[in-house]
Amino acid sequence: MIAFTLNGAPASTDAAPFAPLSDTLRESLGLTGTKVGCEAGDCGACTVLIDGAQACACLVPTAQAEGAAITTIEADHPVLARLRAAFLAHAAAQCGICTPGMIMAAADLLLRDAVPDAQAVRDAIGGVLCRCTGYQKIVEAVLAAAQGFTPVEQEAPAGEAVGASLARLDGWPKVLGTERYGADATPADALWLRVVRSPHASARFTLGDIDAARARHGLHAILTAADVPGLNGFGIMPALKDQPVLADGFVRYRGEAVLALVGERSAVEAVRDADLPITWQPLPALIGVEAARAEGAPLLHDHAPGNILVQGRLARGNPDAVHATAAATAEGAFTTSFVEHAYIEPEAGHAIPREDGMDIIACTQAPYMDREEVARVLGIAEDAVRIIPSACGGGFGGKLDVSVQPLLAVAARRVNRPVRVTYSRTESMASSTKRHPAQMHATMSADADGNFLAYTLEGDFNTGAYASWGPTVANRVPVHAAGPYRVPHVRAQARAVHTNEPPSGAFRGFGVPQAAIATEALVDDLALQLGHDRWAIRRRNALGRGDVTHSGQVLQASAGLPDCLDALKPEWDAMLAKVEAHNADNPRHRLGAGIACMWYGCGNTSMSNPSRMRAVLARDGRLTLFNGAVDIGQGSTTVIAQIFADALGLPVHSIDFVLGDTALTHDAGKTSASRQTFVSGRAAMETGRALRARILALANAGEDARLSLTGTTLTVTDGVGAARTIDLAALPADLDAEGRYDPPTTALDADGQGIPYATYGFAAQIALVRVDTQLGTVKVEEIVAAQDVGRAINPDLVLGQIHGGIAQGLGLALMEEYIPGRTENLHDYLIPTAGDVPPIRVHLIEDPEPEGPYGAKGVGEPALVPTAPAILGAIRHATGVRIDRVPVLPHRLWEAMR
Amino acid sequence: MIRYHRPTTLTEALSIRAGEDVAILAGATDIYPAAANRRAWGDPTHKDVLDITAIPGLRGVTESAHGWRLGCLVTWSDIARADLPRQFDGLRQAARQVGGQQVQNRGTLLGNLVTASPAGDGIPNLLALNAHVEVAGRDGTRMLPVADFLTGYRATALAPDEIAVALHIPKLPRAVSGFRKLGARHYLVISIAMVAAVIDIDENGRILMARLAIGACSATAQRLPGLEAELRGTSLYHADKVPEARHLDHLSPIDDIRASGAYRREAALRLLRDLLWDLGE
Ligand SMILES: Cc1cc2nc3c(=O)[nH]c(=O)nc-3n(C[C@@H](O)[C@@H](O)[C@H](O)COP(=O)(O)OP(=O)(O)OC[C@H]3O[C@@H](n4cnc5c(N)ncnc54)[C@H](O)[C@@H]3O)c2cc1C
Ligand code: FES
Ligand code: FES
Repeated sequence: MIAFTLNGAPASTDAAPFAPLSDTLRESLGLTGTKVGCEAGDCGACTVLIDGAQACACLVPTAQAEGAAITTIEADHPVLARLRAAFLAHAAAQCGICTPGMIMAAADLLLRDAVPDAQAVRDAIGGVLCRCTGYQKIVEAVLAAAQGFTPVEQEAPAGEAVGASLARLDGWPKVLGTERYGADATPADALWLRVVRSPHASARFTLGDIDAARARHGLHAILTAADVPGLNGFGIMPALKDQPVLADGFVRYRGEAVLALVGERSAVEAVRDADLPITWQPLPALIGVEAARAEGAPLLHDHAPGNILVQGRLARGNPDAVHATAAATAEGAFTTSFVEHAYIEPEAGHAIPREDGMDIIACTQAPYMDREEVARVLGIAEDAVRIIPSACGGGFGGKLDVSVQPLLAVAARRVNRPVRVTYSRTESMASSTKRHPAQMHATMSADADGNFLAYTLEGDFNTGAYASWGPTVANRVPVHAAGPYRVPHVRAQARAVHTNEPPSGAFRGFGVPQAAIATEALVDDLALQLGHDRWAIRRRNALGRGDVTHSGQVLQASAGLPDCLDALKPEWDAMLAKVEAHNADNPRHRLGAGIACMWYGCGNTSMSNPSRMRAVLARDGRLTLFNGAVDIGQGSTTVIAQIFADALGLPVHSIDFVLGDTALTHDAGKTSASRQTFVSGRAAMETGRALRARILALANAGEDARLSLTGTTLTVTDGVGAARTIDLAALPADLDAEGRYDPPTTALDADGQGIPYATYGFAAQIALVRVDTQLGTVKVEEIVAAQDVGRAINPDLVLGQIHGGIAQGLGLALMEEYIPGRTENLHDYLIPTAGDVPPIRVHLIEDPEPEGPYGAKGVGEPALVPTAPAILGAIRHATGVRIDRVPVLPHRLWEAMR
Repeated sequence: MIRYHRPTTLTEALSIRAGEDVAILAGATDIYPAAANRRAWGDPTHKDVLDITAIPGLRGVTESAHGWRLGCLVTWSDIARADLPRQFDGLRQAARQVGGQQVQNRGTLLGNLVTASPAGDGIPNLLALNAHVEVAGRDGTRMLPVADFLTGYRATALAPDEIAVALHIPKLPRAVSGFRKLGARHYLVISIAMVAAVIDIDENGRILMARLAIGACSATAQRLPGLEAELRGTSLYHADKVPEARHLDHLSPIDDIRASGAYRREAALRLLRDLLWDLGE
């Protein structure tokens, strides 16, 4: 027995002395508020206090807890209470998976230093990674908590929710540590599952006596491809289920699932892969698109000749002829790397077999798609599968594809017991999808006045071993590639190429961030050649209302890029002046300023992607919104409620929620493509209006009536002040209503012409960097963003999306590079820490979108897009070197400057 | 099942160590990540563990007439907070830059040395401080200079039945010291290259003795004997002019995920000059 003090009370455990304290807290003592993101000290999610000092619980043997005082997020302490409220009030928790660790690290500081400055806060939380917030709001929250208790505003009067920065409505569990993520709240009788994965990028394998191995290791089952009852395949594309749940004698990437071990935890965790009857025959691997496209390269899939999965294309005018005669032409070849989503929550969940089907509780961005995939793999009807999303500790596109779900389903079916799984960090990184590495060749030309004339891009996007979202990237890139500018002649082609590397899928921006790196560099080139200011050339060409896009779509409304640029102009001028003054007498540490723009179509490309919502005002007075949109931290639960509340005319805090459960809610589509506020938000608005119409009809009241609800009494007050009451309890049935929205788009023709999206988000950013020209190191000093969001339904949550997108864009530019076998953990794969993200200022531009709810459109992805090109432009400004490869690691910049 | 020993005396610890093949565990900040890495690719096995943290008296920072003794359980945070003279400035700076505060609070300096990673931030400082390792075995203790203790890439002279119990650092009351670390992000970052210096000066700033070491540019961190000799007798205020590429010829930096070898060599020289410039300020 190991005895210690836990949150002020005596505690003891018979956990193994070498078990990490994080595991003991979670699995033996039931305190799942302490999160585990890496088991290696790299993420800080498991931070607790040991005798008052912060420590990673995953690095502490339970034996060392003996006699110590352990404090976790569950503790009752005034400093924790202040931090919790401040985190909530300052929107410092998005997905919330880092929040317990952040709060504990901050508590360590506040207990030692009651009035810290921002630098002390960053030092204290420097060991905790957050992938969502960009840290600024976290630092603000800690500073606020030091000052005292921050009031948490979660209520707004009827009709005033839209536009209010309410604290997220689902926020308390996140700051209390009671939120249930994929690895939390698992049934006590669940068996454990561990996936055995290929260490080879390309190999054949044969299996020996699996049943003997099962018996030898005391397992309940070892699952192979043969155990998949339905189709052994999954994938995003409706007609291409190319990725096996368990490989069948052949693997196409390192990390591919080969076997699943199922049994009691101790048995499953004791098995060495080397003791399993797998005989490997490694094959030459295609690494990189050049190898895959080379003459005679082996084919990964029969359906992809030349290893080309798909090719997307857009063509307009005659760009080649125009390039040849234009006053200025710029071109370049640009390369980007695999980028890992690095959500702090590794994939996790559990399955519960039911007599007539299967329940899956797991972290996801796409419950309805998960349901289809699981049903197909099990060979059962879709409605026999119920997906209950757990809280999602970050997604960013990486949890759109299924991961644990089919494996859990097959296992639970086989052993007929609940089964749970939690991926390790390395397993998550090795097996999950990535941002596509791109190799792009682009050319852009302009006339002597700086008007853009023509643009061409040829891009190979490394889609890895399986299709995943490769086709989406290949289609989205050509539409956006030439940037948010008027360019009459465009040809853009993007190929998705298979290699023996991890499947590239969806990652915030679907290929657009990569293309923007190329395009914005060329825009800078043209400005340089023509002697124009980089802001001015962008402003001159910026798409605005009434302009025609490269796919021939007329932007009828909500095209606020000119406003974004205008908002940045004073800061741009100030930045340039600062750079000039500084560089005049600092030859080594040089400043540089950069600017970039972006546009981003909200919703799926040229595809129906409806959302449906339902609301019930019950006879007992309860108002419930059945919302199928999954909130992965971005705030859709709150934003959608704000929209619904105002459309209905009741206050937002009177709403109860049923969220994203495929048995209880309608399909609100995937949390992707920046579509939830726009598409599901509009569906929520329609739902609110429909319910309001029913109420007004019952009361025989006019449109301008005001509603109020007390108990079961609904009061309807019309414009002249006459009130009518409806006793809900006396109604023959609950009042319910539904709303649906599907953004209007058209198919694209062979030249990519048509209406791919109903609306676009626009943004521009400027960045100031400091480069040590001797060491090649880059410090981003400042970023100012201006983003047209249509309407900021909840300004604080919008800012959170922008900050977080910028942090990810900074990582893309400067440090992130996933290399299979080499950067498979958060030690070697670097994402920005609290010390890397600069102060960010944001101008919210609101050019309302008539299609959107209250004028809103998507904000989730756009913020990431301009960041990397703005930073790269700034590096160039500082050093004179055009960057053609990211990440710009210090040695790369140093080599480029040689 | 992994056996876990947590003795309360050094004698007991030494006899366990002598009796079986155990992994010594102190702050565990290297032990657990290594285990997680192996487990991720299907090797969940681990040696039996000898946890030395319940042995009293191993965490002290003590001063004697000749020098300082840092017990083997002294953590990075202990160093950052200890009342140590200027010759420890470099080590103190390193202590504040290792990992995040969680790691600093538990990880030990001695564990960093025993792991003997080329990128261990403590090691160049220990070389520059001319630290000696006190190693206890069943037959008594022996003292080894850090340079001899390190025998290669992640390899030390520690015998299978020994435990390192302390570091001894000779006093240099007038010495100045510093550390420069280069990484690709701000917190939680493994060094691309780092340099440490301990320089003894007279009252006029003339260098009496210089000890400089560079990490992450060879299999083990290296002193710079040529440069050290040339610095002797020069003024600290101009010392940054002295280092040349040739002083680093004996290093063998490699290309890896963090940087290229060529860059490391150049960056190390730059860091060295910067550090000397800082010390001369
Ligand atoms: C997230 C993270 C970030 C890090 N960042 C850095 C960094 O920036 N720079 C850096 O240099 N390091 C870094 N490290 C590694 C650093 O924490 C370790 O090297 C630490 O100092 C080792 O001490 P420990 O007490 O934790 O050792 P342990 O993990 O307990 O042991 C390490 C090794 O030393 C042996 N050992 C320990 N004590 C003794 C002893 N008394 N006698 C004999 N053998 C012994 C052990 O058997 C083991 O082989 C980082 C680690 C993590 C997890
Ligand atoms: S889980 Fe402990 S640091 Fe990541
Ligand atoms: S809120 Fe920090 S990781 Fe999601």
